[in-house]
Amino acid sequence: MKICVLVKEVPDAAVEKRIDPSTGRMDRSGEKNLNPFDTHAIEAAMQLKEGGELEVDEVVAVTMGPDSALRALHKAVSLGADRSVHLSDEALAGSDVNGTGYALAQALATEAPDLVLLGQQSDDGECYTIGAVVADHLRAPSLTQVIKIDVEDGRLRCERQAEYGYDTVLVELPAVISVGDAINEPRYPSLKAIMGAKKKPLAKVAAGDVGIAPDRVGYDNARAHCGAFHDPPAKSAGQIIEDEDTNETVEKIVAWLDERKLI
Amino acid sequence: MTNILVYALHYEGAFNKNSLGAVSEAARLAAEIGGEAHALVLGSKAELTDELCGTLGTYGATTVHRAEGPEGLSQPVVDAMAKVISDGGHGYALFGGGLLGFEIGAGLVARLDAGVTMEVTAVNARDGKLVAERPILQDSSISDVEYRSSVGVIIGRLNAFEIVERGSGAAAVVDVDYELSEWSTKATMVQRGEQRGADVNIEDADILIAGGRGLGKAEGFEALEALAGSLGGAVAATRAVVDAGWYSYSAQIGQTGKTVAPKLYLAAGISGAIQHKVGMQSSENIVAINKDSNAPIFEFSDLGIVGDLNKIVPKLTEAVKAKKGS
Ligand SMILES: Cc1cc2nc3c(=O)[nH]c(=O)nc-3n(C[C@H](O)[C@H](O)[C@H](O)COP(=O)(O)OP(=O)(O)OC[C@H]3O[C@@H](n4cnc5c(N)ncnc54)[C@H](O)[C@@H]3O)c2cc1C
Ligand SMILES: Nc1ncnc2c1ncn2[C@@H]1O[C@H](COP(=O)(O)O)[C@@H](O)[C@H]1O
Repeated sequence: MKICVLVKEVPDAAVEKRIDPSTGRMDRSGEKNLNPFDTHAIEAAMQLKEGGELEVDEVVAVTMGPDSALRALHKAVSLGADRSVHLSDEALAGSDVNGTGYALAQALATEAPDLVLLGQQSDDGECYTIGAVVADHLRAPSLTQVIKIDVEDGRLRCERQAEYGYDTVLVELPAVISVGDAINEPRYPSLKAIMGAKKKPLAKVAAGDVGIAPDRVGYDNARAHCGAFHDPPAKSAGQIIEDEDTNETVEKIVAWLDERKLI
Repeated sequence: MTNILVYALHYEGAFNKNSLGAVSEAARLAAEIGGEAHALVLGSKAELTDELCGTLGTYGATTVHRAEGPEGLSQPVVDAMAKVISDGGHGYALFGGGLLGFEIGAGLVARLDAGVTMEVTAVNARDGKLVAERPILQDSSISDVEYRSSVGVIIGRLNAFEIVERGSGAAAVVDVDYELSEWSTKATMVQRGEQRGADVNIEDADILIAGGRGLGKAEGFEALEALAGSLGGAVAATRAVVDAGWYSYSAQIGQTGKTVAPKLYLAAGISGAIQHKVGMQSSENIVAINKDSNAPIFEFSDLGIVGDLNKIVPKLTEAVKAKKGS
């Protein structure tokens, strides 16, 4: 069977993210990296493959993004994916959740995987929704925020926290599962894997190659349009103490609490 | 006339508070755009009695669409809501904060070719249409989102919508005639709402000492319990450490945990992710200890200490004890 893992390139966590005032879109220049939440999805795929309870023939990393997104795919491959698919097309730029979910589903349908895994959220978009959008397009059952996957008679026994506690759900394949960051501790890629990543097969596909309708993607066709940006209500900045001498720090905290009658 | 359909989540005979907030908000907005607020409930008919469903009228729903189906899963709700919206021509689907709303809303995006906005903190009516306010980039900016689709999906942030009793009497209850799509039957609930860890009461505490992944291990909570003991408070936690099995689910604060507003909320080793913030941001005094000066929690704390909690917390406990003894 085949597992596809959705991965995304995001601005490095250390880089301050900002909106470009001239375009109203996120400024995606600067250092970029593989979305850290997606490393958990790759690790989950590797554990299913190595676990042996499902016969996993290959793990395929799939991304939609500009040329630079290649690096996210290289990283995904160095973490264990066998090959990757890069959906890249000027027509896709500026797509919203509707367009992105649709486009990714089109690319995935061409691969026809038995399981799609993805991260709980993208570090920049933070929409938490791509998985469920993709699932409905693919007509597959889906669950998000999964923190444990066990194989049971060819089905996946998934656990996740919802609004009333932990739920356990049995999911038939093919399925789309987004994993929470508590599901595993992703491995570090070996030097050999990093060096070899660029040699693994990579298919670059354009929108037309996977039958993406041009009027459903891109900035101009976004169904939700981000208009004006404004600042949130100002909140007075709190006091900050750098801990240099801990005895002194603690004295200051106690005085602060005491002033507010909290002790 | 544009009607708004709200998903009302219920569990063990009661509606979710965030759903009631969403119904109230939909009623307010519907009045502004000249429509009605409707609700959709899904579960067993035995539990979803006419009487229970009718109570949504108190918050302003005029009609409650009742669908029979398996509870706690999103895709059956997508099927039912898509049917009701296709038949009724609703212009918007609205969800209160939580988890299922994200999944259901996302399913509707695909099914109805709809636009979606999530983590919405406010909705405004403008020229007969709804505009959603969505904070982005760690709440540093707010974007006004407009819809260019026949259906707009609005997923609220936890506690964003106020519960308002409008006293408009019982809502009419109608049963939904819909079919589960094939893929909706391929996920089955084995166990729902399992409570992991001891049952602790944190809601009544005036002082909460909360711990996150920065504690490093489950034993890290011992130091927090000592500090809570010295201040006369209780201990709370983030999802990260609850998922890791370090602390009880009943002590979790945030989107899929509890919402609290104590006099003092002291967060140790907590980054301050939005999903945590929404459960504690109304606390009177917020103190944060974090070794990363860029941690988002410092953006909304009243007193921030940049340092190692392992050094600070034990000494703070001693100092509080000494202060109390004096
Ligand atoms: C749908 C959904 C629902 C969610 N629901 C919830 C929810 O209900 N509640 C919730 O809390 N989260 C929830 N989350 C998860 C949330 O997004 C964060 O992942 C989580 O809150 C992070 O927990 P944390 O702060 O403990 O860990 P981290 O984000 O890993 O932060 C740990 C912090 O500890 C600091 N640190 C490390 N070592 C030290 C030290 N020695 N001294 C001082 N500081 C140190 C680090 O600098 C870091 O800032 C949800 C997520 C999603 C997607
Ligand atoms: N452009 C993209 N290409 C591939 N995967 C994506 C893309 N955007 C989002 N994803 C996947 O969807 C997950 C959730 O993202 P989001 O819904 O944006 O928070 C991410 O962790 C990725 O696995």
